Amino acid sequence: MSTDTATSAAPPPSRSESVAEPPARFRDLVAAEWIKVWSLRSTPWTLLVSTLFVVGTATLEAIDDYRAFPNMNPAMQREPMFALSDAFPLMGYWTLALVAVSAGAIVVVGEYGSGLIRTTTVAVPARESVVLAKAVVVTALWTVTGTIAASGAFTVSQAILSGRDAAISITEPVALRALVAAALLPTVCALIGLGLGVLIRHGATTMVTGIFTLLMLPQFFSIRTRWSAEINHAMVLTAWERLTAMWAPPSGDGFYRPGVAESWVVYAAWPLVAIALALIVVRRRDV
Amino acid sequence: MIEVHDLTKRYGRKTAVDGLSFTVRPGHVTGFLGPNGAGKTTTLRMILGLDAPTRGTATVGGVPFRSHRRGLRHVGALLDATHLHGGRSARAHLSALARSNGLPARRVDEVLREVGLTEVAQQRVGGFSLGMKQRLGIATALLGDPPVLLFDEPINGMDPEGVLWVRHLFRRLAAEGRTVFLSSHLMTEMENTADQLVVIGQGRMVAAESLASFAGRGSRRSVLVRTPRDAELAALLTAAGARVESAEEVDSGVRTLTVTGLLAEEIGTLAFDHRIILHELATRTASLEDAFMELTADRVDYLAGQPR
Repeated sequence: MSTDTATSAAPPPSRSESVAEPPARFRDLVAAEWIKVWSLRSTPWTLLVSTLFVVGTATLEAIDDYRAFPNMNPAMQREPMFALSDAFPLMGYWTLALVAVSAGAIVVVGEYGSGLIRTTTVAVPARESVVLAKAVVVTALWTVTGTIAASGAFTVSQAILSGRDAAISITEPVALRALVAAALLPTVCALIGLGLGVLIRHGATTMVTGIFTLLMLPQFFSIRTRWSAEINHAMVLTAWERLTAMWAPPSGDGFYRPGVAESWVVYAAWPLVAIALALIVVRRRDV
Repeated sequence: MIEVHDLTKRYGRKTAVDGLSFTVRPGHVTGFLGPNGAGKTTTLRMILGLDAPTRGTATVGGVPFRSHRRGLRHVGALLDATHLHGGRSARAHLSALARSNGLPARRVDEVLREVGLTEVAQQRVGGFSLGMKQRLGIATALLGDPPVLLFDEPINGMDPEGVLWVRHLFRRLAAEGRTVFLSSHLMTEMENTADQLVVIGQGRMVAAESLASFAGRGSRRSVLVRTPRDAELAALLTAAGARVESAEEVDSGVRTLTVTGLLAEEIGTLAFDHRIILHELATRTASLEDAFMELTADRVDYLAGQPR
């Protein structure tokens, strides 16, 4: 019955608990998250399909206006307001926003759902650094994807419209602004998704909350009354619409419209607040 | 070295862990034993800084684990083998973890070889059996070559060959001077692996001592003997230094002797030498299991007919 082992009989050899350790580098965490993201088959597919979808919707919109052009009134023909809305069509970008918010959320709710977050946290007890590393990777992935999608959509749609001499040049400040805003939309949405994911942790709830916040919430606040318009202007998609629009009539006709500078602030504030809240919560909460 | 002092965790009104204090020393395999729901996993999670204690402290190597910026060189842990993303390969899973701690890529190959997963390293872990996931979890724990290792129920789902391998591995890690802390609700598992024990029940300390002395607390080891010449044999056994209790079975009227202090072989030889016929000779074993059951009997949370 004796269960004493040889190891307990001999005095234990001494072993130092302080191991020579290289400095904890943030870029190693980013590299680790990069490996994680690219080791999933869904990643390249998601990025590729969303890019093609955005370019595809822009192509269809441009073809529509190309065909309709001869029947447009002369004023519209002289000043083609549709050049930018063809390049950055609502349907394509709402879909991109939806995919990006979900993809940003999955980066973290996937870990909570499987329990992998505990393995990650034991490996890296500095939890805030992990969230920041994920934010860096999400920003890189979606900014590159957003830039390729927006440039592709712009180039193809304007090439089609130039056949009617109705294209806008990227050298126009308003076109460049629209391109940058469109390129950054998925990044903004993915970071909001990431922040919500850390706060909510549950996959489906995070997705529903993210999609509701981005796509549905603006619909509840009309721009006919001042207070309601202020809330509406604070929404990401309202800001996106303003930044990608060629022109907006001045307020005073009974509607309140957001300004460009205000819209850039909204663009920056949402992801910053989402990530800041995530950093506060992740530090305090049990994993 | 793991030091736990007055460690307490409450979830609302429920106290999961209540004032635990113990030390886990290097160079030993220390078993962490308790019935299901006793608070073992909660304790491990507090040691690993995943959960904040309501009261008390847990330190590893003298400091709270959470104070480290990177963990793998300090502590290796297997909490739950299913804590994986099924879509990733074993290699990708380990590579990301190694990279996060600035460990060289060759460590991934080394631990894969160590746990015998080299052949399947490129396969997605979603298709792994529980035993293979346990091996991958152990590989994860070994990645940083840490001085302290924690394993929560590591042999669940392993085949007998895997169980032998893992026992050998734990003893080897301890012999290398590491602190090995191993939780289980199976007493028999500890018997074959651990030399020190920390036993808890309902979140409270039951015992913290060597396995041998813990076993000694249970029912003493005894041999049951049935013979028609019981009085004669009892006298012989007593003369040989044994302690003999004689009892009569109620329904059959057969007398049985419960002997302590002599082995079954010695009793059999003694009876043979005196030409006394034996109808039954049985060693009552499992004293460690008995000790565990006795000490935790009033500390079992979930009774389903039979305790465990």
